[in-house]
Amino acid sequence: MGFLDTLLGRTKPVQPNLDALFSLPTASVTLQASMGFVPTGTGSVCFRATEGRAFHDIEADVRELLSMGADAAQVEVTNDSYGFTWLVCRHSSDDMGALVTDLHAVNTSLAGGGFGPQLLCTLVGFTDPRGRKLGIVYLYKRGTFYPFAPTAAERRDNALELEARGNIGSDLPIEADLSRWFPVWGAPGL
Amino acid sequence: MVRTRYAPDRGLQARMGLTMFLLGLVFVAFVVALVFILAAFKVGAGAIIFFAVLLGGGLTFGSLFWSDKIALRASGAQEVTPEEAPKLHGIVDRLCALADMPKPRVAIAQADMPNAFATGRNSNNAVLCVTTGLMRRLDDKELEGVLAHEMSHVAHKDVVVMTIASFLGIVAGLLVRFAFYGELFGGGGGRGNNNNNNGGALPILLIVMLVSVVVYAISFLLIRLLSRYRELAADRAGALLTGQPSALASALTKVSGAMSAIPTKDLREAQALNAFYFAPAFKANTTTLSSVFSTHPSLERRLQQLSEISEQLGR
Repeated sequence: MGFLDTLLGRTKPVQPNLDALFSLPTASVTLQASMGFVPTGTGSVCFRATEGRAFHDIEADVRELLSMGADAAQVEVTNDSYGFTWLVCRHSSDDMGALVTDLHAVNTSLAGGGFGPQLLCTLVGFTDPRGRKLGIVYLYKRGTFYPFAPTAAERRDNALELEARGNIGSDLPIEADLSRWFPVWGAPGL
Repeated sequence: MVRTRYAPDRGLQARMGLTMFLLGLVFVAFVVALVFILAAFKVGAGAIIFFAVLLGGGLTFGSLFWSDKIALRASGAQEVTPEEAPKLHGIVDRLCALADMPKPRVAIAQADMPNAFATGRNSNNAVLCVTTGLMRRLDDKELEGVLAHEMSHVAHKDVVVMTIASFLGIVAGLLVRFAFYGELFGGGGGRGNNNNNNGGALPILLIVMLVSVVVYAISFLLIRLLSRYRELAADRAGALLTGQPSALASALTKVSGAMSAIPTKDLREAQALNAFYFAPAFKANTTTLSSVFSTHPSLERRLQQLSEISEQLGR
């Protein structure tokens, strides 16, 4: 924020950075090779729905768009307890490319409709043979990723998260500020 | 159409800019008047003015630098960890990620008065505080609206702006006080030693006092006006951040209704913190005179702006 913004008490809505998502398939390969984590095939986009008709129209369009086509994803919409909406896409676990394309379609539809500032994050789920869960979260406003590994009872496996950061650090821009690795408890698709 | 959805309110910004310009103008006029008075009498009330500026500057700097600690101490609020208040932290986390802001510290005050404030000299030292009364009365959506409003105060650096703006009022107030005590006690020991100086000292102090009173009054009104504009700006930014202006409007009506039902005895201690609060803690009065002195815009004005934003978002 500039000096004039402070003086006049204004904030410009932050626009999302959409393109960084396409580096996810590479990171997915790295995770599988170095840590044994495979994609669950589930990914989700989280956004804050605004009130009014305009947003609902766009949301309906997005759902329709995703449920069309030959390799149609299973789309599911859930609302979390914070009032945020999660659009969950399910693909087969080996088709990371298609999943990312779908997620990107959701973002671009929302951003194209003028609701870019409402995008919060995207989450792609991974799991390993021992049943541990790992989510890679993408922060739209920062354009960075961070790992999120929930265990039972609202605790997170920080060791696993830091290990993942070391492994995918060269594939993805990782959020440097650890205080911004906020937990998404109960996120659908994890 | 899409472009105007998050359009800034140029009228509000222009009014805010004009108010700050007028404050600056009063400041310059004040300095010029003091210099003129001193030059005209060729004698020193200089020490008094110097001390007033020094003390005023010190007070301003101190209240700015320690604003987070002062406000937390005054409200008796305790900082809470994510484990102690998971819901509150969750809401703040999400708002920070939406707005791309560093996360402020979060505190809870044990008070039944429903209110919230944000303080701290910059966004890295910011503290968000809500009262238990607020959390009890509002649902999650409304609480989120209030927190978004407070975080907009942090983003707009309102604590810094308002503290610097009130510097002038503080100095003028101190000068009045110093000059007044100077009148009362100045006639004592010094008079015999320095006769020719004292001939001028009395009217000088009187004139300085008069000028200060006028400056204090004008700057007081301008600061209150500025405060009301900053509140409207924070309402606006908060509503656009969550995309739910109606939730904030509903929180405002709930809080304002509960406010006036509370006996004044509890509120007396809260008045010092009033400028940072989400809604003023004393009873709203509908006469025009009190609306000029008020730190917050009237409920009607705030609700009207929020419904305009709601309409804007639905386009």
